[in-house]
Amino acid sequence: MTEPTSSTCSANAATGNPLSAARAVVLELRVRNHPGVMSHITGLFARRAFNLEAILCVPESDRTLSRMLLLVVEEPQLEQMERQLAKLHDVLEVRHRADLDAGYFGAIRW
Amino acid sequence: MKHTGATILRLLLERQGIDTLAGIPGGAILPFYDALHGSGIRHILARHEQGAGFIAQGMARVSGRAAVCLATSGPGATNLLTAIADARLDSIPLVAITAQVPQALIGTDAFQEVDTYGLTLPITKHNFLVRSAAELLEVIPLAFRLAESGRPGPVAVDVPKDVLLAEHEFAAWPEPGAREPTPACAEAEIAAALAQLARAERPMLYLGGGIVAGGAAEQARELARRLDAPTVCSLMALGTIPAGDPLDMGMLGMHGGKGTSILMREADVIFALGARFDDRATGKVAEFCPQATILHLDIDRAEIGKIRNAHFGLVGDAAEIIGRLLARLAPQQHPEWRARAAELRAAHPLRHPPRAEDPLHPVNLCRFLAETLPDDAIVTTDVGQHQMWVAQAYPFRRPRTLLTSGGLGTMGFGLPAAIGAALAAPGRRVACVSGDGSILMNIQELATLAELGLPVAVIVFNNEHLGLVRQQQELFYGERYSASRFPVSPDFAAIARGFGLRGVRIDPECDPLAQIALALAGEGPCLIDVPIRQCENVLPMVPPGAANHHTLTAPEPAYAHD
Repeated sequence: MTEPTSSTCSANAATGNPLSAARAVVLELRVRNHPGVMSHITGLFARRAFNLEAILCVPESDRTLSRMLLLVVEEPQLEQMERQLAKLHDVLEVRHRADLDAGYFGAIRW
Repeated sequence: MKHTGATILRLLLERQGIDTLAGIPGGAILPFYDALHGSGIRHILARHEQGAGFIAQGMARVSGRAAVCLATSGPGATNLLTAIADARLDSIPLVAITAQVPQALIGTDAFQEVDTYGLTLPITKHNFLVRSAAELLEVIPLAFRLAESGRPGPVAVDVPKDVLLAEHEFAAWPEPGAREPTPACAEAEIAAALAQLARAERPMLYLGGGIVAGGAAEQARELARRLDAPTVCSLMALGTIPAGDPLDMGMLGMHGGKGTSILMREADVIFALGARFDDRATGKVAEFCPQATILHLDIDRAEIGKIRNAHFGLVGDAAEIIGRLLARLAPQQHPEWRARAAELRAAHPLRHPPRAEDPLHPVNLCRFLAETLPDDAIVTTDVGQHQMWVAQAYPFRRPRTLLTSGGLGTMGFGLPAAIGAALAAPGRRVACVSGDGSILMNIQELATLAELGLPVAVIVFNNEHLGLVRQQQELFYGERYSASRFPVSPDFAAIARGFGLRGVRIDPECDPLAQIALALAGEGPCLIDVPIRQCENVLPMVPPGAANHHTLTAPEPAYAHD
């Protein structure tokens, strides 16, 4: 990744509300910054069939590492997803951001 | 020192102790093959990159150390993907090195360009796209460290051609990558497990491939004895407890013993060690030992609770954890439970006709092979009925003597894996048991085998069908056979001779076992084509999606038991 990117995708478009506010969890990841890391993360969600609602990725100031915010839904498999994320060599840290919710992404001006 | 990327790569591999690797050259990787010229590394030229990948797997499965396979860009890389995915599912340490088009051409749909990095993302433990010769010094040791540390797995390294050609000046070599020690398991987890085990009245051990990867077979056997616990093995763990051991309840799951499935439902404590509750082993998960307390030991934290909630998890190295448990576990005796296990084992034997009546029945054939081959022989299989018959009937007594594609179930695995096994275990006999469907999938490696002259016997269980497909269609699709028969059968013995190997087709009328013994007694590689009954079914069988205790068994009157 060479510049900040943000994208919002939702599997629940049918509801009309693009970001489900209910039971949303924001995960913060610290990852190595190189091309392909985002593919790794999004690919993991896709192949584990776990809903990834929104994703934000920004490099740290020295650009060797990046931070990511993932908006996911509190589902029974969430703990398993966190463990799978932690297994990735490019993921250095996984934690919950209890201070954030779907509203953080909802505030982005398009 | 100043070297090209290609030379750096070769020297790094030598520093990792790699003395043999398998691959096929091509345009993008030519600079590396140039660097290999005159190197001490022995290059095995396969005839398909998938063969090279499985040759490397055979080496890794026997030695326990990461093995290397090579391919050029584009089709070379895509041909490796199956073997890499197979290594991922069975947790086999592999370093797959592919060349890529020069960096200036990446993304231009260049000749023999594919996004190897993107293609290998979901099927590797980790992967790299190397962007400079300097980066090789960091990436290669790291690739080996990742492949061999924790839960082993495949690592893919994609190297653009310009990186191989570039010169780089540097002062010192990096330390070779080595397996990292696993952090010790938390004392609280050990204490909790001990408390559970002390209370168990009907304990069982469920051993998986992690016991083999962790070199913990001896500790696992001692644990079984200490707990007086009947022990089941997944396909990947066969041999960790010797067949015939009083505590051995054989393989569990879809083609495991019926008595085994019944016993597991009666257990009050199931201790899973290095196993992952794969659906072939558990059957319908909701009905897999629903009453039992589950303890789960695994080096991979993500496996605990992935399929089945464990009441107690133990994360860490199997040998270390079992050692700590044994230090504090008092010996137990469960005579009634043992008697129940023995009763079930006796009531549900593997059914087959007596050898004198039907020497080529697959169960009899497997047992005959076991008697005829040396004690330390290595057996590889392909995938299908023959694989399950080997798992059920061939008595494995040591880990790393059965090499089989469990997780991905890849037809075409057996022959190249046997070649790799023979390379990693010089002097030991290797038998590849295959089927007439599977053997065709990497048949080109007979050329590699002939070239190397290794003591590999390929035994084809020939029923002129895709046997397990036919079986499923018979049992679950109303005998609507679709694309499961080979109306025209090749002459495999002639094909083997065409490749320059000894080949023999067994005549079922004339003391067939003697013919097989004669063929096996010969020097060097050979192929033995054995006709078996076309409509034979592997039983017991749990229907896909059903619970294990709903296993189908052979009809009663047909055969006597042993």
